[in-house]
Amino acid sequence: MAYDYAPYPYVPPKGLTEAEPRHPVAIIGAGPIGLAMAIDLAQRGVKSVVMDDNNVVSVGSRAICWAKRTLEIFDRLGVGERMLEKGVTWKIGRQFHGHDEVYAFDLLPEDGHKYPAFINLQQYYVEEYLIDRARDFPDIIDLRFKNNVIAHEDKGDHVLLTVDTPDGEYTLEADWYIACDGAGSATRERMGLSFEGQTFQEQFLIADIEMEDSPFGDEAVPERWFWFDPPFHPGKSALLHMQPDNIYRIDLQLDVDADAKEEATEEKVLPRIKAIVGDKPFRLDWMSVYKFRCIKLDQFVHGRVIFVGDSAHVVSPFGARGGNGGIQDVDNLGWKLAAVLQGEADEGLIGTYHDERSHGSAENILNSSRATNFMTPKTPIEALFRSEALRLAHDQPFAQKLLNSGRLSVPCSLEGFDLQTPGTAQIAPGRPAVDAPLSGPDGDTWLIEEVQGQFTLVGFGDVTLPQIAGLKRIGINQRADYPCFTAKANHAMRRYGADIAYLFRPDGHVCAVFKKPSQAEVQNAMDRAMAQSSEDAA
Amino acid sequence: MTIYPDRLSPNQDDFYNQLMDAHDGLTEAESHALNARLVLIMANQIGDPGILKDLIDTARGYAHV
Ligand SMILES: Cc1cc2nc3c(=O)[nH]c(=O)nc-3n(C[C@H](O)[C@H](O)[C@H](O)COP(=O)(O)OP(=O)(O)OC[C@H]3O[C@@H](n4cnc5c(N)ncnc54)[C@H](O)[C@@H]3O)c2cc1C
Repeated sequence: MAYDYAPYPYVPPKGLTEAEPRHPVAIIGAGPIGLAMAIDLAQRGVKSVVMDDNNVVSVGSRAICWAKRTLEIFDRLGVGERMLEKGVTWKIGRQFHGHDEVYAFDLLPEDGHKYPAFINLQQYYVEEYLIDRARDFPDIIDLRFKNNVIAHEDKGDHVLLTVDTPDGEYTLEADWYIACDGAGSATRERMGLSFEGQTFQEQFLIADIEMEDSPFGDEAVPERWFWFDPPFHPGKSALLHMQPDNIYRIDLQLDVDADAKEEATEEKVLPRIKAIVGDKPFRLDWMSVYKFRCIKLDQFVHGRVIFVGDSAHVVSPFGARGGNGGIQDVDNLGWKLAAVLQGEADEGLIGTYHDERSHGSAENILNSSRATNFMTPKTPIEALFRSEALRLAHDQPFAQKLLNSGRLSVPCSLEGFDLQTPGTAQIAPGRPAVDAPLSGPDGDTWLIEEVQGQFTLVGFGDVTLPQIAGLKRIGINQRADYPCFTAKANHAMRRYGADIAYLFRPDGHVCAVFKKPSQAEVQNAMDRAMAQSSEDAA
Repeated sequence: MTIYPDRLSPNQDDFYNQLMDAHDGLTEAESHALNARLVLIMANQIGDPGILKDLIDTARGYAHV
C-alpha cells in the first residue's frame, strides 16, 4: 500500500488580522529538523512558531537510515520507541564485487543498548510521528502549514518575517529565527551566503519498490547490501535496503551524461529493476534521479539567524549523514537556545553551536565525499587503484577495509572544544553517552534515559557526588541519598570504568570527569559548559 | 606469508585519499611514474629482502586471477 499523504489543515494565522506578540523562536520549515527543533525547545518550556510552505510530510521516502545516536535523541524527544517499533532494525552491511561477497561489517557487535545500530524507516513516517508528537504541546508549539516565509530582516534584537498564506501576507516578529528550510534554503539565498563545495557529476537513480517477495533472494534480509560492478548493473554500483511495509530502496549509479528526465521514467526504470528482482512482481512506489553535493556554510550563526539541518550542510547519502547530522544539530542547539532565552546563559553560548556542529558537519562531509569519490573514480588512475583494491579485497583483509561504500553515521565527538573540561576517562569529555542497561528504584531503565535532557552527574562505583543547585545526580553500583541504579550485566561499569564521576550536558555529551568531585570543581565544569567560564567572569 | 592482515585501519581512508590527492592533476604517464617511485621508496622503507620477495610474489599472484 502506498503511503497516504493526508494533508494537514491550514488555519488562517492571527497575524493576518492583528499584530501577533513577538515570538521567542520562529522555525522556518517543518521537515524532520524543524519539527525536532520545536519539540526539543517545547520540552524545555520554550515556545515556538513553526512555519512550512507545504502541508504534507516529505513526498517520496528520501531519508531511510536512522542511526543509533539519532534514535537516542529521538528517544529523548518522545518518538524513538515508535520509530523503533515500526522501523526495520539492521546492523550488518555486506559489500559485493560482481557475484562475490567481499566484505561484511557489523555496526554494533555488542548487546546492552536500548537502540540498534540503525533502523530503516521512511522519512514520511518520521515526519508524521514528529508532527503527532508536536501536537502534544498545543500551547507551546504553533505549527502553521501553508505559511511560506518570503522575507526576513534581522533587526539586531529580533527578526521581522514576512509570511505568505492562501489568505495573503502577514508579518511577525521573533527573538530568534531558526532556518530549517532545507538544502535549497531561501533564507540562505536572501542573505547571499556562499554555499559552494563539491558537486559529483555522476547521477544516481533512487527508487522505492513494494514487493511481497524479497529482492534479497529467498527471504527478506534486514541488511545493507552494496555492489561494486554488480552482474545486474555492470560497471556501476548499486545499493539495496529493506524498509517497512514491504518496501525496498534501490540506489543505482548512472552514467555521468545520463539524461536525468529520461532516466526517471518507468520505461527506463522498470527494466533496471527487473534486472535485479527478476520475474518477482513489484510496484514502483517512488523514483527520482539525483546529483549529489557535499557543501556546508562557513558560519551557522548569523546574528539572530541560525541555520540548522540541510540549510547549513548537505551531503551525498552514502553513510546516511544528512538527516542524522541534522538531528545532532538540534540536540546541540536546543538546550543552549533555551538557556539563553531563559536567562541562564549569555548569547555567547549560541556561538558554540556553530563551533561544535560546524566540526560535526565537516566530519560528515569528509566521510561522505570520500565514499562518493571511491564509488565514482574520476581518472583512469583512480579507477585502476579502485579495481585493484577490489581484486585484493577478495582475500586481503586490509584491502577489504579500503572499500568505501559509505562510512555510516557515527556520533560526533566534541573532544577539545571549549565547553568541555579536559580530562581522561574511558569515555573522554566531548563524547556522547554510551548506553547501558540499568535497574533502579522504578524498575529497568537505560542510561541514555537517565542522563539526557538536563545536566546530570553520574557516579560509577565508589565515588561521592556533591549536591549542586540545578544538577541532577544519580549513582550506579553505589548507595546514596540520590537515586541509585545497578549496572545490569555490569555493562555500565565496563563501559565507563569504576570509581569515577561523569558530568553530562543536557544533550548527553560528557563535559567533565572526576575521580573525587568537589562541589567547586563540578560547578566550574557546569559554568564552563554554559560558556560562563571563570575567565569570562574575571 | 609475511603479509600483515591489516595495518592501515582505522586510518585507511586518510591514506587512500592522500594517495588519490597525490595523483591529482597528473597525466596518466606521470601517474605511473609516481606509482613506480612510490613502490621503490616503500621498498627501501621495508628493507627486508625476504619480505619484499613475498610482497612481489603476492602481488604478481593476482595477475592470473
Ligand atoms: C535520496 C536521499 C536519501 C537520503 N537518505 C538519508 C538517510 O538514509 N539518512 C539520513 O539521515 N538522511 C538522508 N537523506 C538526507 C535527508 O533527507 C535530509 O538531511 C533531511 O531531509 C533534512 O531535513 P531538513 O528538515 O533540514 O530539510 P527538509 O527535509 O528539506 O525540510 C525543509 C522544510 O522546509 C520547508 N520550507 C522550505 N522553504 C520554506 C519557506 N520559505 N517557508 C516555509 N517552509 C519552507 C519545506 O517545505 C520542507 O518541509 C537523504 C536525502 C536524499 C535526497
